[in-house]
Amino acid sequence: MAIKSLDELKKIRDNSLKKVNLRESGENGEEIIEMMVGMATCGIAAGARETLNAILDEIEAKGIKNIRVVQVGCMGYCHSEPTVQVNMPGHEPILYGNVSAKVAKDIIEKHILNGELLDENILIKTFNKA
Amino acid sequence: MARYRSHIMVCGGTGCVSAESEAIIENLKAELKSHGYDNEIKVVKTGCFGFCGQGPIVKVHPENVFYVKVKPEDAKEIIEEHIIKGRRVERLLYEEPMLKEKLDESSKMNFYKKQYRIALRNCGLINPEDVNEYIAFRGYEALGQVLTEMTPEEVLKVMKDSGLRGRGGGGFPTGLKWEFTAKQPGNEKYIMCNADEGDPGAFMDRSILEGDPHTILEAMAIGGYATGANHGIIYIRAEYPLAIKRLDIAIEQARELGLLGDDIFGTGFKFDIELKYGAGAFVCGEETALIHSVEGARGEPTKKPPFPSVEGYRGKPTSVNNVETFANVPPIILKGSEWFSSIGTEKSKGTKVFALAGKVNNVGLVEVPMGTTLREIIYDIGGGIMDGKDFKAVQTGGPSGGVITVADLDTPIDYESLKAIGSMMGSGGMIVMDEDDCMVNIAKFYLEFTQDESCGKCTPCRIGTKRMYEILARITEGEGKPEDIDNLKQLGEMIKNTALCGLGQTAPNPVLSTLHYFRNEYEAHIKDKRCLTGSCKALSKYSIDPDKCIGCTACARVCPVDCISGKVKEVHVIDAEKCIACGACYDACKFDAVIKP
Ligand SMILES: Cc1cc2nc3c(=O)[nH]c(=O)nc-3n(C[C@H](O)[C@H](O)[C@H](O)COP(=O)(O)O)c2cc1C
Ligand code: SF4
Ligand code: SF4
Repeated sequence: MAIKSLDELKKIRDNSLKKVNLRESGENGEEIIEMMVGMATCGIAAGARETLNAILDEIEAKGIKNIRVVQVGCMGYCHSEPTVQVNMPGHEPILYGNVSAKVAKDIIEKHILNGELLDENILIKTFNKA
Repeated sequence: MARYRSHIMVCGGTGCVSAESEAIIENLKAELKSHGYDNEIKVVKTGCFGFCGQGPIVKVHPENVFYVKVKPEDAKEIIEEHIIKGRRVERLLYEEPMLKEKLDESSKMNFYKKQYRIALRNCGLINPEDVNEYIAFRGYEALGQVLTEMTPEEVLKVMKDSGLRGRGGGGFPTGLKWEFTAKQPGNEKYIMCNADEGDPGAFMDRSILEGDPHTILEAMAIGGYATGANHGIIYIRAEYPLAIKRLDIAIEQARELGLLGDDIFGTGFKFDIELKYGAGAFVCGEETALIHSVEGARGEPTKKPPFPSVEGYRGKPTSVNNVETFANVPPIILKGSEWFSSIGTEKSKGTKVFALAGKVNNVGLVEVPMGTTLREIIYDIGGGIMDGKDFKAVQTGGPSGGVITVADLDTPIDYESLKAIGSMMGSGGMIVMDEDDCMVNIAKFYLEFTQDESCGKCTPCRIGTKRMYEILARITEGEGKPEDIDNLKQLGEMIKNTALCGLGQTAPNPVLSTLHYFRNEYEAHIKDKRCLTGSCKALSKYSIDPDKCIGCTACARVCPVDCISGKVKEVHVIDAEKCIACGACYDACKFDAVIKP
């Protein structure tokens, strides 16, 4: 399915936009929660793989259905890897740092299921982007 | 689902904890409770906001209002005014120094423009293994525009007007490099991506490739169109397996969508990309050595000219560009050259990614407009020096660069200004050093690296860097001679002037620059046999302060070489000759009597 024009590219973009809008504005047309795990070399070295597995296990254990886990690259916060961002529809995206497997479980239990943010692990994004 | 309607975020970063953020949190909680709001609004302690000069900082969600320099006693007003009555507490808002205007939302604040991400725009935001997510953030739109609406000349003009300069170290204007390649006769040309990233301490290229691989493919295709190349090669070190995997997936996906291949966007433009693996030699990042390595020859540099844009891969015109350079290309096409050239300084446009490492609190990747000062990077974004110690210097440009000292903390950084103070931009490694770092030792570290990485083709570099390293090693071992300083200088200048390639030409820089700024440390090592910071083990001698020593014998009991003498309740003495500087006595003494060198 080759893209043969800018219009065709824009069609793909429009279809994908709904999914990614949540990450910047906290809005999307659907009621899907998203968890983004930083899986670059730095994240993995700091244990992001265990974090990711813990998240997947916990989602399964709790039977959460409206959630999507996305692997992303490095956000530049090497001092606080592994990082996990939680995007809930209607809420500002929240970024967590130093997310061990245990913290990951807490995020699901407290933040995702109870709407309660976790002390100590929240990071603030300190950049604008093009 | 959410129980709390709002959150109050208080920074609990290292800088801010010292500035009473704990007390602020307590007070906010108490105020909420006394007004009965504690079930609706939660106080959250967060990591560093990276704005420590203005700390402590309190941010209220969901409105995103940002209060600075908050004191514990301000909690009452924040709760009563903002939370209960919904009115901003004007006096705590941040006042933009330039605008003289109180700003409430962080996104409007200049400070947040301190970090402006162009090259890193998608890192951490998209799934790098899903081309659709890249497309959602305008991916491949620049390529589509270029192919369907612009001539190659127009692309070259945009690139030249943007002022983008190579991020691989040299800072050569990218548009010009592409134009040289485009102007060469013949129709077999190449475009190469330099992903060798050999500077120890730099990892921005890896992060881009791992976090946003499609942007490199797209930019290379744009470069191919502009220069007339149909073939792209990415030279990447084999030590980057994850980046390689993500590039492989990205190339596959791009081919499936026809974004690489024979008839891109239905325009008949043909472009494809292959990966070549490097074995991780520093010199192979030098463009002529890189080309030889891709050709299967020894990774050794050759004389320039001819430049690769005239005679490169297989003797054909080749443009070699760095990863971060490429990552800037699609946004420049989409937003225009004027947008890009409005960022940065007069001669250095756009942003630069730095890998901030060493003794700084927030180690990580930062992307700042050219012209940002070191102070802003280290203190505002980096959160200051670890453990509240004093800043001593920062090494930029890796093994090719030099140190920047306190005197230049407020120098706006760009290609020219860094050169003027004896360092260079390099690829963007930034190693922060504090009062405990010995400058002779640092210089030795870099020379150990370069003399090892020298390809050996030319004498000044092969033998000269080795001699320099030997002298430095001797000095740190307490065997320095008075003439060493002059010899280092003379050798350094000679190597700079006569080495064949950039590796040798820049290798003496760390020595010459530390000699220039910290000559006293070299002299202390050589004349007094003393290392002022105590990092050079051979030179560090522990001693005991007779005024503080009460003769408890704790030190003598732990000394592994039994070189501390003294009777109970009498002052103890260390035999400096025998001391192996293990530091055990220093840790053992409860009366601060042992003096660390
Ligand atoms: C010893 C040495 C090592 C280099 N290593 C790299 C490197 O790892 N990555 C890089 O992009 N450029 C490196 N360069 C610079 C390249 O020779 C070349 O200038 C650069 O790739 C051009 O791309 P740019 O114009 O986009 O910066 C190195 C140069 C020298 C002398
Ligand atoms: S300067 Fe050093 S690395 Fe460069 S060609 Fe000479 S020996 Fe090789
Ligand atoms: S530093 Fe170690 S070797 Fe030297 S006096 Fe103290 S305990 Fe003994």
